Amino acid sequence: MSNDLFERLGGEAAVNAAVDVFYRRVLSDDRISDFFDDVDMERQAAKQKAFLTMAFGGPVHYSGADMRKGHAHLVARGLNDSHFDAVVENLVASLQELNVPAELIAEVGAVCETTRNDVLGK
Amino acid sequence: MTQLYLNDVTYQCEAGETVLDALTRQGVAVPFSCRSGVCQSCMMQSADANVPSAAQHGLKSTLQALNYFLACSCQPEQDMTITLADSSERMLPATVTAIRQLNDEILCVGLDCPSLKDYRAGQFINLYRDETFSRSYSLASVPADSYLRLHVRRLPDGRMSNWIHDELKLGDSLHISPPLGSCFYLPGDPEQPLLLIGTGSGLAPLMGILRDALSQQHGGAIHLYHGSRDVAGLYLVDELRELASQHPNFHYAPCISSGETVPGYHAGRAVDVALEAHPDLTGWRVYLCGNPNMVKAARKKTYMAKAKINDIYADAFVASSQ
Repeated sequence: MSNDLFERLGGEAAVNAAVDVFYRRVLSDDRISDFFDDVDMERQAAKQKAFLTMAFGGPVHYSGADMRKGHAHLVARGLNDSHFDAVVENLVASLQELNVPAELIAEVGAVCETTRNDVLGK
Repeated sequence: MTQLYLNDVTYQCEAGETVLDALTRQGVAVPFSCRSGVCQSCMMQSADANVPSAAQHGLKSTLQALNYFLACSCQPEQDMTITLADSSERMLPATVTAIRQLNDEILCVGLDCPSLKDYRAGQFINLYRDETFSRSYSLASVPADSYLRLHVRRLPDGRMSNWIHDELKLGDSLHISPPLGSCFYLPGDPEQPLLLIGTGSGLAPLMGILRDALSQQHGGAIHLYHGSRDVAGLYLVDELRELASQHPNFHYAPCISSGETVPGYHAGRAVDVALEAHPDLTGWRVYLCGNPNMVKAARKKTYMAKAKINDIYADAFVASSQ
């Protein structure tokens, strides 16, 4: 994983382009849409933007403890590995739709994978 | 627990309690209406800079710099010395200049308010019956109109709306707040197609937005879907048909959700009729006003139909608070 991944992906402009596509995919995926169906769509979209910035290796630094705390209420509702995989799958499909090169998508996937245990409270 | 110091009296604020809840629980009359950080009726000022940022959300930067905050959104992190915001800033005198029945349950109220000059069609004001009792109403007028127009729907247990319907008379004096809200027309992209969806008296801000867009020579298509259960629940139908005949880019679709078919009206919920006609909203700007459940569902449906989140404007109001 390279520190300049964020720049190679296109920085904040790339995040802005990806968030609309990604969040729309997530909301239409019955496996996980319930976890994302916030009353306040703008706030939920802002959270997804922060997530993408992190996954792109950008300037957002969550600690493992932040990740655990932020997802604990979802784990209590049954969030598990299959949901985590579905989110990553939607992220990969979004980036493919935006013609991001496969090797960069693989790097994004690797960043996501580093958060799995904290997100799922393992 | 934190302490609130107000007018030389100390009040207790429990953990997790808002300033508004703490003060009203202890018998202090604080003006409020929406309780959700939108209407700004409960604005207060802190003597110190120890205001949680969430309590200043939506306030003008000048007010933020002066430590103004919304009591309903403020859970104090430390003791606060506070005062009610100056009511002369908050309450502008107005006179009732027109009252017109729009249908069985909706009244158009015209107000002359000389000190309110600048507003954007589609914004809302708070109307005060007295110092502490207010409700929010969208502006259906445009600034070029000679007076402000509100559409007031009579609600079964609505203390404000029943008072307006039954007692308000021409020439009466009352007070309103300065204009608030960010659901209005922006002239930046004159060729962008606009989709306006409203139910019931949610037509009010859409009427303002529509007339503003037309007067600013908006060139793109403008589609208005106004929905109600039956024909009697709609209003300004003739005026809107007339506007549509005068402006080739404006299309008006009155919608009835009861299931009956009436010539000249679309059958179905406004949002469903709209999305059937326009399944792909890529590049569109969307305005949603009216019943909160409709607004919530329509926000998601129009987003799924590929409108960008930043291009979807919704009336901030929760009608149940009225």
